[in-house]
Amino acid sequence: MKSNSKLEKILEGGHFAITGELGPPASANPEVIRKKAKYLRGNVDAVNVTDGQTAVARMASWAACLLGKEEGLEPTVQMTCRDRNRIALQMDVLGIAALGINNLLCLTGDHQVFGNHPTAKGVYDLDSIQLIKMVKDMRDEKKFQCGDDMDVEPRLFIGAAANPFADPFEFRVVRLANKVAAGADFIQTQIIYNVEKFAQWMEAVRDRGLDRKVKILAGVAPIKSVGAARYMQTKVPGMDVPEAVIERLKGVPKEDVPKEGIRQCVDIINQIREIKGVAGIHLMAIEWEEVVPEIVEQAGLLPRPQVYQA
Amino acid sequence: MLTTEQKPLEQLLEYLDREKSVFLIGCRGCAEGCHTGGEQEVLDMKQRLEEAGKTITGTSLIDFMCNESLVRMTLQAHEDAILSAESLLALCCGIGVQATSSVVDKIVHPGCNTVSMGGRHGEWREGERCMECGDCVLEFTGGICPIARCSKMLLNGPCGGSSDGKCEVSPDVPCAWQLIIERLTKLGRLDKLERIVAPKDWSVSLMSGAASKR
Repeated sequence: MKSNSKLEKILEGGHFAITGELGPPASANPEVIRKKAKYLRGNVDAVNVTDGQTAVARMASWAACLLGKEEGLEPTVQMTCRDRNRIALQMDVLGIAALGINNLLCLTGDHQVFGNHPTAKGVYDLDSIQLIKMVKDMRDEKKFQCGDDMDVEPRLFIGAAANPFADPFEFRVVRLANKVAAGADFIQTQIIYNVEKFAQWMEAVRDRGLDRKVKILAGVAPIKSVGAARYMQTKVPGMDVPEAVIERLKGVPKEDVPKEGIRQCVDIINQIREIKGVAGIHLMAIEWEEVVPEIVEQAGLLPRPQVYQA
Repeated sequence: MLTTEQKPLEQLLEYLDREKSVFLIGCRGCAEGCHTGGEQEVLDMKQRLEEAGKTITGTSLIDFMCNESLVRMTLQAHEDAILSAESLLALCCGIGVQATSSVVDKIVHPGCNTVSMGGRHGEWREGERCMECGDCVLEFTGGICPIARCSKMLLNGPCGGSSDGKCEVSPDVPCAWQLIIERLTKLGRLDKLERIVAPKDWSVSLMSGAASKR
């Protein structure tokens, strides 16, 4: 094993993994984390804690991860290149490993103009692929990016993101191959509503044998309202929401839409499980964490496997 | 005046590794002033490349390579020599490399690093074309600059926000990486993107404040 990660053990054990997501508050309130953790504990194998998602200043991912860990979660720190240069990134990598956090997702990050500090200077000293490589070299070679040696390495299970729906489509698999070559151990994808297009992408992934080199977790998320679906369809770059997904939600009375959204999410999970090479799902119930137990249960994915963690 | 420095010969030979024949271009503007791409430097480069076993199919000196239409006009006179070369090597600033890339469907290798604008931009004012980063990456990106044109300055792009050829930041901003991929696809050189570009040396860039290595 490359790390002491529960997620790594579950994936290597051949189990179909589920990861969840938790957004830290834009405040110093630890109770928000504790409350959300309650819905996730026991229902997912690991939980991504976002790093200033949509470029809004929030509680640091590593700090919220530590709170989540106290609540019994197996946290995954998300780390973006937007706000830190290579010095700060490596300091945080050492810190999170020292705190006993086992998983790290390496991202470029949402651009600063989307957030609440649009006048901030973007850093982007590294991009996500260079970050993956740097963390891998720290773990496997015990080397800093500059080449200096360290005595105790950060034993982290390294994740990366992939968006099968961004353009140009043909290049997306090349980019995934670069992430794998850089050292990614697992991949979490953009939220999937267009299962057919995702299946096409997975076919190209299998053609290159990438599904055997990296664990691919397919991103899914329940939709709460028709308005939210429409927003994702038209306003979120790199999202693909087919009209049929929206039509299904429109087909039920307004008060039943959340329930239908949950059923739709379960259906998508079931379709995705049929696609060869998918190692698990990444369930993003953003600001709707309380429905996670229901979705996981309806999808027949309970109880979660138990693994020994040192 | 755009200040340039020639890239080391070893680096240029690495760029030309797959190629035997090359067309050489110099600039009579700033590059001549910097002694990096004037007549003498083009002749010197021709000799050094020939000594390294390369065939120079022709050379051209352009008054201002930052003037795209002038580049187009001047190079038309050298069409045969350019067509018979596998690639071009441009001894000029990053704007000149990009102007040349925009008019020739071949790989244009950057021969210089642009280290400073000296307070003035070149003639081609269609968007930011060079950020004087001091460590030119146009070699890997089909002559389209990701430092000047990608919102996240990605060296291994595109990010997940590229949609319909546009940047996630604004529908008015073309995705630089979409342009890079289209161009390298057209040139049959997508293989250039199948490798990981290492973290950049920002110490030679004015973007890090007063540069430490100048």
